Amino acid sequence: MEAAIARNLGSLGAFLPEIVLSAGVLALFLLDLVFRGEGRRGRLTWAFGIVLALAAAALAVTPSSPRGLFNGMVVQDGLGTFFKWLFLATAAYTAGIVVHSKEISRARLGEFYALLLAVLLGMDLMAVSGDLLMVYLSLELVSLVSYALAGFRKDDVRSAEASLKYVIYGGVASGIMLFGISYMYGLFGTTDLALLGPKIKAFSGEVFVAQTLGGATAAQLALVVAVMFVLAGVGYKMASVPWHMWCPDVYEGAPTPFTAFLSVGPKAAGFAVALRFFGVGFTEAAGGGLVNTATVPWPAIVGILAAITMTLGNITALGQTNLKRLLAYSSIAHAGYLLMGLAAASILGFQSVLVYLAVYLFMNLGAFLVVAIMAARTGGEDISAYRGLVRRAPFTAIAFTVFLFSLTGLPPLAGFTGKYLLFAALLQQGGSWYVALAIVGAINSAISLYYYLRIVKAMVLEPPAGAGGPIEVPRTYGALLAGSMAALLFFGLFWSPLYGASLRATQALFRG
Amino acid sequence: MPHLLTYAIFAPLAGSAAIVLLVLLRPLLRLPKEQVDSASRLFALVSSGLSFALTLLLWAQFDGARTGPQFVDHAVWIRGFNIEYFVGADGISIAMIILSGLISFIATIASMPWWVHDDPQHPHFSKRMVPGYLALLLLLQGAMLGVFCALDFFLFYVFWELMLLPMYFLIGIWGGPRKEYAAIKFFLYTLAGSVLMLLAVIGLYYGSRSIPGVPLALADGTPVQHTFNMLALAQLGQRGLFQTLTSLFGYRFDRVVWLALFIGFAIKIPMFPFHTWLPDAHVEAPTPISVILAGVLLKMGGYGILRVNFGILPEATRFFADMIAVFGTINIVYGAFVCLAQKDLKKLIAYSSVSHMGFVLLGMAAFTPQALSGAMLQMWTHGIVSAMLFLIVGVLYDRAHHREIEGFGGLAARVPEYTALMGLAFFASMGLPGLCGFVSEFMVFYGTFAVYQTLVIVSASAVIITASYYLWTIQRMFLGKLNEKYRDLADVNWRERLTLYPLGALSIFFGFYPQAVLDLVNGSLQQMSHVLRGAF
Repeated sequence: MEAAIARNLGSLGAFLPEIVLSAGVLALFLLDLVFRGEGRRGRLTWAFGIVLALAAAALAVTPSSPRGLFNGMVVQDGLGTFFKWLFLATAAYTAGIVVHSKEISRARLGEFYALLLAVLLGMDLMAVSGDLLMVYLSLELVSLVSYALAGFRKDDVRSAEASLKYVIYGGVASGIMLFGISYMYGLFGTTDLALLGPKIKAFSGEVFVAQTLGGATAAQLALVVAVMFVLAGVGYKMASVPWHMWCPDVYEGAPTPFTAFLSVGPKAAGFAVALRFFGVGFTEAAGGGLVNTATVPWPAIVGILAAITMTLGNITALGQTNLKRLLAYSSIAHAGYLLMGLAAASILGFQSVLVYLAVYLFMNLGAFLVVAIMAARTGGEDISAYRGLVRRAPFTAIAFTVFLFSLTGLPPLAGFTGKYLLFAALLQQGGSWYVALAIVGAINSAISLYYYLRIVKAMVLEPPAGAGGPIEVPRTYGALLAGSMAALLFFGLFWSPLYGASLRATQALFRG
Repeated sequence: MPHLLTYAIFAPLAGSAAIVLLVLLRPLLRLPKEQVDSASRLFALVSSGLSFALTLLLWAQFDGARTGPQFVDHAVWIRGFNIEYFVGADGISIAMIILSGLISFIATIASMPWWVHDDPQHPHFSKRMVPGYLALLLLLQGAMLGVFCALDFFLFYVFWELMLLPMYFLIGIWGGPRKEYAAIKFFLYTLAGSVLMLLAVIGLYYGSRSIPGVPLALADGTPVQHTFNMLALAQLGQRGLFQTLTSLFGYRFDRVVWLALFIGFAIKIPMFPFHTWLPDAHVEAPTPISVILAGVLLKMGGYGILRVNFGILPEATRFFADMIAVFGTINIVYGAFVCLAQKDLKKLIAYSSVSHMGFVLLGMAAFTPQALSGAMLQMWTHGIVSAMLFLIVGVLYDRAHHREIEGFGGLAARVPEYTALMGLAFFASMGLPGLCGFVSEFMVFYGTFAVYQTLVIVSASAVIITASYYLWTIQRMFLGKLNEKYRDLADVNWRERLTLYPLGALSIFFGFYPQAVLDLVNGSLQQMSHVLRGAF
């Protein structure tokens, strides 16, 4: 007992980033009451930025050598650290969008920032959860606060609708997940992922023996069901089919800065959980590659989900005219691409997911930033509002074009790097099944070009609609756009650093 | 001079960057729009001209007797994935590199607004959003040269895709009435082909491994497991490595990969039935872009097939050779017949490209040294002649603002110089002896006859169709009674002379002395022919 307490206390030091974030949530609620008057917006943003900077500093000084914290509830390793940096960047970018956003009123800005920090904390915990129970708790923390943020504009019907839909779908998905976790506990007597791994392997061996004798398939089926159910909760966060239905409505209704955050942060957190769940629980490093230790054909399940998700996302996006809905379906399609990397079930596959998420951060947040600018300046979210944008705001239009081409996956932009690695992961495995999945992915890329080009066409090739004067773009936004473009170009041409970081993060998962 | 190829590729890219920088600095420097436009034009001419001059220097220094790559620049780019910056020129690429330097420079000159007839109703494309146009044009030029120079497959793919973006905007913004449709069709067709190609590239990468006699290593000597090095891949392929890999979908690995690559390249050539993007793109694009499309971009398909399909997968190439020859013949005959039915002069010339690129396919399929050299020479001559043809159409369109063949008549009396140039281009294109088209078509027929007799007879008969559509066009446009509307039509001006006369001179020069190009390419192509016919 006392040893356990001592271990918990000893873990606190390595938990510093999360502690900083928790303190930040409380601090921002307090500062919300203190800062009044003209400078409120700026001061609150500064406070938020300082919390993020402190968290980043804490993250930088915390060693990321693999070890279990709090008796295995939390795992500290390179994978978690990679995701924490990703989440911090997402939150910082979102703050950059919020600064000039009219959707988040000055009066409620503190509240928004505090809640955003709480989501950030939840995502950090998702990335480091070493126990299925912890996964569930952190996922719920993200979900519950997200419901509030999605319905942040209380006076807007669509925002309220978004929140309600999010709550209902989220409740169902996490309920199913919890049910799956209970199956896992029933089968193996533990929810600790590190302990589950060997047990699943042993269990699968038994099932295999029983199977050759002609029986015991029920136990195997129970494990398959448990995996599928756990995937429900994770897939809901990733917005992958068939748990994607909430996505377009919530994206459309939620305040744009939060939509931007939602499209990257929780999606990445979902992948963090999936990587750890399958990586620790169901695979084993052997001979320089990975081996599926379970009789559950999870790479095939994930692969089929990937194919359906990206095809459905892309085909549905073709007919959208509202930019937020279009980008919602596009983000579903991207969840599908990312699942291809998971389906490859290899070191390179896991790496490709990490690289793609890092790249996706810049291009998707950039795209939503443009949507936020346009919604604020012209009040239009429809594609027709973007007509002739290149004459009204040339820099914004060019930046948006770059983001869209990067989302399509055209070199020399970083979106190509991500897609290249995903395809490479599949083809490295070889065999008709993986090649077929890669071909589906490739055809989907070509389909996606069509709807991304529709936006480019409206912006660049068509004349402005009506009285279209020049659009003023605040300097913060200009800097964010320029920074994103530079990052996309840099990681498109020199992706060695990103590749190296992803390799270290992935290897950490299989060394620990 | 070291790094010659790198300078040639990056001169236009640097020019493009300079123009973008100028536009960004414009508010700071408070430059008027006219000055920015003129400065952009100067940057474009200088960088494109420099690139052209460097390719000429290549020509002078290239040793045609050697088969390996020359002017090599080789460095590691992305170590984690064995990706290298590897450029070089050998017999397969040198002619295309020079051609793309030449055509790029011609297209840059053709983009200048010198001696342009001002017509407020029909603003000339060369005066609209000038810096943007030129920056994209230069980006396109750099990417094209990069495709021909790249010997690392990943680098090749990056340049290949890099070409799409500027092309989309150049057609889509500065093109004709149906520009948006044409631009998106071009983009979608090419991307659909190239994503399959990407998979094939990665498939070849993972299929490659060190075998005795072909050790794989990076530029700095680090041994590696897999490689993107196209020359190493070719050596592996010629030793039969890719035939032995695990089959895909029940078909042999090398054949599946071959088809994926071939479709990507065939779209670019364009081979029937993937040719439908071409008439739209050519017709809607502004003149210099049509010139680049016909003069260089189509050649990338042929070059890719030679370099990749033939070079890396010779065994699968043998398997598919009959198919290439048949499709080549269809291109020749079908293209010629479609030309007969065209009412729009530019569309006629676009379809004539389909027909003439069919000779490239037919010649390549025969594998004999004469036919391969003929196919290469056909790409060269078509590059020169079709560029000239599109410039000639542009001359007329600038003045009359339409291209209906029936809308003219008797122009010979009014614009004799123009008529003479057009006649020269038409005759060179239809293959009149003494002009360059004749030599290449003859070499293709001569080299292919022993292998595909029937197909050669059919294709040779189609030359009559070619002659008839050209002659009929001349008759309708230049002979007969002068259409009164064009009583005051002006003859070619100096800007047009600057582009048309060099091309005309070259089409005569290569009619008499094709050896100038053949000397560069024969060595490599003979070796390739030897490899390809190895199993016969």
